[in-house]
Amino acid sequence: MAYENDMNLKATELRLGLPGTIDESQIKEPSFLKSNNKRSSGDMDNSANEDECSPVPKAQVVGWPPVRSYRKNVLQQQKKNFDSDVLGMYVKVSMDGAPYLRKIDIKVYKNYPDLLVALENMFKFSIGVYSEREGYNGSEYAPTYEDKDGDWMLVGDVPWDMFVNSCKRLRIMKGSEVKGLGCL
Amino acid sequence: MAYSFPEEVLEYVFAFLSSHKDRNAVSLVCKSWYEIERWCRRRIFIGNCYAVSPQIVIRRFPEVRAVKIKGKPHFADFNLVPEGWGAYVYPWISAMVRSYPWLEEIKLKRMVVTDESLELLSKSFKNFKVLVLSSCEGFTTDGLASIAANCRNLRELDLRECEVEDLSGHWLSHFPDNFTSLVSLNMSCLGSEVSFSALERLVSRCPNLRTLRLNRAVPVEKLPNLLRRAPQLVEFGTGAYSAENQTDIFSNLVEAFSGCKHLKSLSGFWDVDPAYLPAMYYACTGITSLNLSNATVQSPDLVELIIQCPNLKCLWRERELIEDMTTQVLDYIEDAGLKALPSYCKDLQELRVFPSDPYGAEPNVSLTEQGLVTVSAGCPKLQSVLYFCRQMSNAALITIARNRPNLIRFRLCIIDPQAPDYLTLEPLDTGFGAIVEHCKELLRLSMSGLLTDRVFEYIGTHAKKLEMLSIAFAGDSDLGLHNVLSGCESLRKLEIMDCPFGDKALLANAAKLETMRSLWMSSCSVSYGACKLLGQKMPKLNVEVMDERGHPDSRPETCPVEKLYIYRTVAGPRVDKPNFVWTMDEDAVLRLS
Repeated sequence: MAYENDMNLKATELRLGLPGTIDESQIKEPSFLKSNNKRSSGDMDNSANEDECSPVPKAQVVGWPPVRSYRKNVLQQQKKNFDSDVLGMYVKVSMDGAPYLRKIDIKVYKNYPDLLVALENMFKFSIGVYSEREGYNGSEYAPTYEDKDGDWMLVGDVPWDMFVNSCKRLRIMKGSEVKGLGCL
Repeated sequence: MAYSFPEEVLEYVFAFLSSHKDRNAVSLVCKSWYEIERWCRRRIFIGNCYAVSPQIVIRRFPEVRAVKIKGKPHFADFNLVPEGWGAYVYPWISAMVRSYPWLEEIKLKRMVVTDESLELLSKSFKNFKVLVLSSCEGFTTDGLASIAANCRNLRELDLRECEVEDLSGHWLSHFPDNFTSLVSLNMSCLGSEVSFSALERLVSRCPNLRTLRLNRAVPVEKLPNLLRRAPQLVEFGTGAYSAENQTDIFSNLVEAFSGCKHLKSLSGFWDVDPAYLPAMYYACTGITSLNLSNATVQSPDLVELIIQCPNLKCLWRERELIEDMTTQVLDYIEDAGLKALPSYCKDLQELRVFPSDPYGAEPNVSLTEQGLVTVSAGCPKLQSVLYFCRQMSNAALITIARNRPNLIRFRLCIIDPQAPDYLTLEPLDTGFGAIVEHCKELLRLSMSGLLTDRVFEYIGTHAKKLEMLSIAFAGDSDLGLHNVLSGCESLRKLEIMDCPFGDKALLANAAKLETMRSLWMSSCSVSYGACKLLGQKMPKLNVEVMDERGHPDSRPETCPVEKLYIYRTVAGPRVDKPNFVWTMDEDAVLRLS
C-alpha cells in the first residue's frame, strides 16, 4: 500500500475532512494481504487507482446550491434514462453504518474487479472473494445493487454490461443481512 | 362620530377590500372601524406561525372562513433547518375547530401536518372546501384518506411539493360515490399508484373539475381515458410521459388532447419520451403556463413544444397564481433553446431554469449567461427570473438590468460559490448594483458569486422597494449587513448563509428587526453574547439560537452561533422548541448567568 509507510505521520497530520470521514489509520486490514483473484494487477498504487476511479466530488456545503431535495431525486432518477455515454452513469452508493452516501460513475469501470476496488477505497473496507455458489466470502460486507425491477441483487452474478445497464443504485450490506444472502 | 355611517354600510364597503394591507390600514382608523372590521374579516394570512398565537387571532377575528399560515423559514427548503424544529399545525387546527366551525379554507406552507390534524379537520369543519399544503410534511396517505372520506363539500386538494409518507394509493378510493364537488386535485408529489378505475370514476362524476395534476405513477396509456372524461380541464399535469413503443397510444393521446380546448397550464412530464410531445400540440395554443422542470427533454424538442405555445405568459390575478410558473425548465434547454423563446413567446412574464446536475464538477449542458441576456432583451414583459448557471459577468448583468427595468423578482444562482465575473475575474458587485439601480420595483433578490461589501452599498442606496433578500458567501465585514439593514426601507425577510457578518451591524440595527418579519443567519459570525444582548434589549423579538453542538453555554460567549433566527412576535417565546433551539430572553439571560 502506498500509504502504509506514511501511516505514522498521517496520524499526527492535521487535515480537513468531511465529518464522518474515517481516519486512514483505522483501516482494519490492509487489502493487499487478502487473496482475491478478482483484484486488478498490483503495479498500480492506490493513489493512482483513486484518480482513475470515481472523481472525488467537491466538498458540498449543506444548503448549497439551493436546490430542493425532491428536485434532486427527480434528476437522479432521470439521469439513468439519459444518454449515458455522454453523461456518465452516476449511481448512489450507500454503506451500512456510514453517515452519508456517495456517488460513483459506473461507466468509468470496465469490469467488476475495478468497481470493487473503487468501492473498497471509497469506504475503507474490504470485500472478500466472490464465488457463484457462496457470494462474497471472507468479510462481513457484501456489495448489492438495486435493479430496474426494484430488486436487490448481489453484485457479480450477471455479465458486466448487463449489470451496468440495470444497476440503479448500490448498497454495501454488512453483518447479519449478509449471511442471509450467503445462504441462498 | 358614531352616527356617521351605520355599521352595516361600513361592513358592506369593507367587503370590497380584499388585500390584507388595506384591511389592516382600515382597522387603524378609529376604534369603531377596528371593531367593525374585525367582525367582518373572513380571510387571514399569518406569515409566521410563531409571530402570533391561535388564541390571539381567534380573539380578534371571530368570524374567519379562510386561513393561510406559513411555518418554517425559507432556508428549510435547502435542508438548513433540522428535523423537529417546529411549525406544527395541530395547535392551530384544534383551536380553530372550537372557534371556527364554518371554516372553509386552510392553506399551509412549510408546516408539519400530522394525520391526526387532517382527521380532526376533516371531521370538524362541515363546510370545508379548500386544502392547500405547500412544502409540508408529517402526514401519510392515511391522512389523505380521512380528507377524502369526510369532506363532503371539498373543492380543492392541492399537495404541492409535500413530503408524504406514502403507505398506499388506496386513499383516493375513499371519496364517496356521491362526491361530485371536486374542482382541483394536485397529487403530483405522491409516489404510489392510485386505483385507476377509482380515479376515472372520480373524474367522470366531478363536472367542475378544472385542475388535475397526476403523479408519476400514472402511466401515459391512462391519460386519454382521463382527458376524455374531463375535456373542461384548464390545468393538467401528466404522470410519466413515456411508454414502450405503442403507436396507438400516440393517436389516442392526440385525440384526447385535441378535445381539451380550455387547457392553459401543463406540467408533469416525468421520464419524458420526446416522441410523445407532439401529441400535445393541439392543446397548446391556449397554454400560458408550462412546467417542464421534471423533463429531461433536449433543447430542440423543448423549443418545438414552446413554439406551439404562442401565448405563454403568467396569470396575474392572485398571489398564488404568480407562483404558478410560466415556464419552468431544466437547463437542458440551453442557450439555444432560450434564444428561441422571445421569438415565440413575446408575453413571457416568468422564467425558471433549474440545474440538471447541480453537483457535477463540470457543466453538462451549454447554458450560460447568454441565454438569460437574450430572454431579457426579447421578452418585454419578463418580470420574474430564477436562473441557475455556472458563469456570469458584470456586463451581462448590466445588460439585463438595462433591458428589463420592470423586473420584480431576480434570483440568480451561480453554482460555484464565490465565482467571480468569468471575463474579468472581478467581483459581481457592479452587476448586481445595476440590477437594483435600474429595477426600481424589485421586490425580491437572491444573489450569488463573488460579492464584496460594495454590493451592499448599492443595495442599501437603491433597493428601496426590496422586501426579500437572500445572500450566501458574500461580503467582507459588518458594513455590508449594516448597509442592508439601514438602507432597505421595505425589507421584510432577510436570509443569510456563510457570510462574515457579526455582532456590530446586528446590534446597531436592532430596532429595524421589529419592522421585519424575520431574519435568518447561518454560518455567520454572530456571537452568543450578542444574541443574549439582543434578546434582552428587544422583548418584542424572539431571538432564537439554533445549535446542534449543544447548549451555547458550553462554549465561550464570543463563540459564533451556528444558526440564528430572529422574528417579531406578540406571542412571546415558543413553548414547543426542540432541544437544539434556545430563545434569548430576559428570563433566560438571568437563569443562565
